[in-house]
Amino acid sequence: MPTHTFVLNGQPVTVEAPDDMPLLWVLRDKLGVTGPKYGCGVGVCRACTSHLDGEEFQPCTRSVKDCEGHRVTTIEGLADGDTLHPVQEAWLGCDVAQCGFCQPGQIMTAVALLRRTPNPTDADIDQIQNICRCGSYPRIREAIKQAAARQASG
Amino acid sequence: MLNGVRDPAPGPAPSCPSCPSGPPSPSAPSSARRASPISTPLARSDDTDRPGGTDRPDAPGRPCEAPAPAAAGAARRRFLTYLLAAPTLTVGARLGLDAAAPATAQAAVRTAAAAQDAAAPAQLIGLPGIPDILDLGDALIVAGLPTSHLLVLELTPAGRAVLHLPRLEVGQGLTTAIAMLVAEELDARLGDVDVPLSDGRPELLFNQLTGASNSVRSLYDPVRAAAAAARARLVTAAARRWNVPPDTLRTADSAVLAPDGRRAGYGDLAADAAAIAVPAVSSSPKSADRLRLVGRPTGRIDARDIVTGRAKYAGDLAIPGAVPTVVARPTTINGTLRSLDASAARTMPGVLGVVQIPSGVAVLAETFDQALKARDALRTSWNPGPVAHLSTSDIRAQLRAAHAPFLIPPLLTQYVDGEFDFAFVNHAPMEVLTAVADVRPNRAELWFASQTPIIAQQTIAAELGLPQDAVTVHVVRGGGSFGRRLFFDAALEAAQISKAAGRPVKLMWTRNDDMRHGRMRPASHHRIRATYGLGQVLSYEHRAATVKTDFRHGLGEMLTGAGFNLSLAGLSLAQAFFLLSEKNPYNVGIPTQLLAEVPLDVHTGSWRSVYSGAVRVSDEIMMDELARRMGQDAVAFRRARLRSAAGRAVLDTVAKAGNWGRPMPPGQAQGIGYHDENSGCAAYLVELDATDPTDPRVTKAVIAADLGRVINPTGLEAQLTGALIDGISVILHAGNHIDNGAVREGSYADFRYARQRHTPPVVEIHLMPPSGPPGGAGELGVPAASAAVANAYARATGTSPRSFPINF
Repeated sequence: MPTHTFVLNGQPVTVEAPDDMPLLWVLRDKLGVTGPKYGCGVGVCRACTSHLDGEEFQPCTRSVKDCEGHRVTTIEGLADGDTLHPVQEAWLGCDVAQCGFCQPGQIMTAVALLRRTPNPTDADIDQIQNICRCGSYPRIREAIKQAAARQASG
Repeated sequence: MLNGVRDPAPGPAPSCPSCPSGPPSPSAPSSARRASPISTPLARSDDTDRPGGTDRPDAPGRPCEAPAPAAAGAARRRFLTYLLAAPTLTVGARLGLDAAAPATAQAAVRTAAAAQDAAAPAQLIGLPGIPDILDLGDALIVAGLPTSHLLVLELTPAGRAVLHLPRLEVGQGLTTAIAMLVAEELDARLGDVDVPLSDGRPELLFNQLTGASNSVRSLYDPVRAAAAAARARLVTAAARRWNVPPDTLRTADSAVLAPDGRRAGYGDLAADAAAIAVPAVSSSPKSADRLRLVGRPTGRIDARDIVTGRAKYAGDLAIPGAVPTVVARPTTINGTLRSLDASAARTMPGVLGVVQIPSGVAVLAETFDQALKARDALRTSWNPGPVAHLSTSDIRAQLRAAHAPFLIPPLLTQYVDGEFDFAFVNHAPMEVLTAVADVRPNRAELWFASQTPIIAQQTIAAELGLPQDAVTVHVVRGGGSFGRRLFFDAALEAAQISKAAGRPVKLMWTRNDDMRHGRMRPASHHRIRATYGLGQVLSYEHRAATVKTDFRHGLGEMLTGAGFNLSLAGLSLAQAFFLLSEKNPYNVGIPTQLLAEVPLDVHTGSWRSVYSGAVRVSDEIMMDELARRMGQDAVAFRRARLRSAAGRAVLDTVAKAGNWGRPMPPGQAQGIGYHDENSGCAAYLVELDATDPTDPRVTKAVIAADLGRVINPTGLEAQLTGALIDGISVILHAGNHIDNGAVREGSYADFRYARQRHTPPVVEIHLMPPSGPPGGAGELGVPAASAAVANAYARATGTSPRSFPINF
C-alpha cells in the first residue's frame, strides 16, 4: 500500500493508505484526528472543513495523495497550545455553539475567510456554505465580526 | 409554610398512581455503595418561585385559567431529598407529593373521552383547551414523580460537584443549565460542577426520556433540592468541625466560610458531610432575590471542548476493536433484500466482513472509506417496499381524503376556509446516526446519543436474547437531534451486526442513508373553516390529517405511568399526544381540533414542536386571513382574542420593538406569528424580502418570549434563534419528496436547510421578566417563527401560500 507524507498540525506524518482515500478517513480512522466531522461525504455540509496550506478545503472530497507534501491544519491545530486562536475566542465570547458538531468546520471556514478578507461585510459572510442544523448562524455572523474587530485592533 | 418539617415516611407519595409498592428502589447504577437511603428525608413545601402556587396567573397554560379540575392543582410541590450511604457526600432528590397533577390528568382524560363520545367519529378526537389544564410536559412530569428521587448529586473529595444527568445533551444547553442550578444552590463555582450523562438506568422507569421540551421543567425542582440539601450538610459538617453555630457560617465559591476567616473547601468537607443525617441549617432552595447565577447570561460549559475539537460524539470514541461499518439499504423505503452477491466486496482491501441484518447488508472494514467502497461493490437486488406505489401527490390525496367533514355548515354566516399542505421533513441532525456496539455471548455494551436509553436497552436486549441487565447503554452527547434520537435505529442495527460478526462495530449511517431511510416529520394536510359575523369569530374548526407519527419510543409507557388510561379513554397514543399538546390560544368562538391519522409504512417521528409545527402554523396563517377579511390589523386582531396576558405581552413587545406596520418597499413585508406551549409563549415578527419570490430572504427578526424563570438567557436565546432558522427552512425551502416509495433528497444539497445567506443579519430577542417556574423552551419557537415567515411571504407577494415548503 502506498505511503503519503504531509504536515499535520505542524508535525510531519506518514500514513499507509490507498491513493484515492479521502483525507477525512485518513485523519479519522488512521490518525485518530476526530475534530473534522463527517456530515455528508460530498463536500456540501462542510462539517469537515480544515486548511490545506492555509486555505479552507473539505477533506471528505480531497484524496490523501493530493495532500502529499502539503500542510494540513485541522481544528486541533488551530490554537497555539492553550492559547486559543482569536476566532475560537470570539466563538466563546458569543457562545456560538449549540450541539457543536459543525463548529470545527465553521471555525476553520471563518479563519480562512478572515485571512482572505480581514474586514468581511454581511455579504461576504453570506458566502459561507457550512450548514449549522441548530441554526447558530446569527452568532456565527456576530463572532466573525467580533474576531475581525479584534484582529483589526491589534 | 412547612419549611423544616420532616416527613417520617421516605416512601413514594401515596397519590402517585404508578408508584411501586414500598419505598423506591435504592439501587443506583455503578454504585453498589449507594445502599438504601439512610436518613429521614427532608421535606419542604412551596418553591419560592410559586408563591401560594398561583404564580403568573395569566401565563399560558396555567391551571388558574382552566376550568374546575385544575383549581386543585395549586402547584404545591414538596421535595424529598435523600442522603445516600456513600463515603463522600451523595444526595438523591425526588419531586413528589404533587397530588393534584395525577388527578388532573385523569380528569382530563375523562373529559376527553366524554367529548369524543359526544362529538367525534371513532377515529378522531377533538377538544379545545386540554393543554390549558395539563399539557404534555405536565403529564411527563407526573410520570416522572415516582422515580425522580433517584437523581443523584455527588460531592467528591477532589471538590467536584457531580450531577449525574439522566437526560441527553444534543445542543439544547441542558448540561449548562443544570450545572448553573447546582452551582447556584450549592454556592459552588460553575467550573467545579460536572454534569455527566447517565447510562441507561431502567430503575428510572419513565424518567430518562429527553423530549417534549421537558428536561428543565422536570429537573428544575429536584436538582435544586438536591444541591440545597447537599449545601446544608456541608455547612453542618463545617460547623461541627469548627464547633461553631452553623447559622454563623456562609458559603461561596465552593467553600464554607466562618466569620473568623476560616475556610473549608467542599472537597475537604465531603466525607464528613456524608455522615450528616439531618442538617442543622435550612436545606431549602434559595428565594428568587438571592439568586446570583441563575438568570445571568452564561456560556455553555462545554464550549471550549467544542471550539478546540475535543468534544467527542459517538463516532469519535475510540472503543477498542470497534471497526467502521456501513449498511447497504434498499432502493425504496422498507424494501427487502432479494439477492446478494458479496464475493467481490469481500475481497476488497480492508474489508473485515459482510453480514446480513433485517434492514440491509452490513460491511465491516478497517476504515469507513473501505467500508463505503465495498458497499458500492455489493451486488444486490431489492424487493420493493410497501409504499413503492406511492409518491408525494398520492400521499397528499390520501391525507385530503382522511378528514372528517366540518360540523358547522356556513349557511347564514360569513366564513373563511383554508387548506394547507406540509411536506415530510427529515430531522437531518448534523451528526449522522452513529452507534458503537460490542456484543458478546453474555453481555452487550452500546455507545450512542439516545433520548430513550431505557427503551433502547429493553429492545436491544430482547433482540439479542439477553436479559435486560446484561445490556449497557452509554449515553453520548449528540450532534443535534430535533426528535431524531428518540429512536435508536442505528443502535439496534449495530447490536445485530456486532452479534452476527462476532466483533465490536462502529456503525455510521451515511447522510444519504439518513435522508432516504431515516425519519421525517410526517406530511400533513389541514382543512380549516372559521365563521364570523358582527366583528366576532363565531366558530373555528381545524381538521388535521397526518401520516401516522411513530411514538414507539416510550411515550405510551410514560403516559400510562402518569395515570392515563388510553384504552379506557378510547385514544390512540397519537391522539393523546395531540390532545395534550394542541390547542387554539385565541377566543375564536367554538373551536374544534380533530386529528386523523393515515397509517403508511414510512419512518416518521416527532420533529421539534411535533404537531404544532403544522397545526399552529396553519392556525396563525388563518388568523392573518381572518383579520384581513374582517378589516382588522393582524396584531390587534390577535391581541383582542389571546386568552393569555403573557401572550398579549409578548405580542405587544415584538410589535413595538419591531415597529409593526412600518412602511415596507414593494416585495417586502412584515409577518407575525404567536405560539404558546409547555408553559411558555413566544411571538416572532420577521421582515422578509421576496423581491425574487423564488429566493426570499428573512432580513430581520424580532422575538419576544416568556418562559417564566430563565436559567440561562444565553441558552434560551440560542433555542429561540434555532427555532427561527427552522421556521425559515421548513416554510421556504426544506422538505422531502417521495417518488415511488423512495425519498428523493439525498443530502443537504437538495434537502435545503437554511445556510448563512438565508438568515437574517439582524435578530433581536426580548425575554420577559422572570415569573413562575421555567417553561419548556426547546420547541416553543418553531410554530411562531414558521408562521411569521409564512405570513410575511404572503404579504410581500400578495399570495396565499398553501403548501410548504413554498419553494419545493
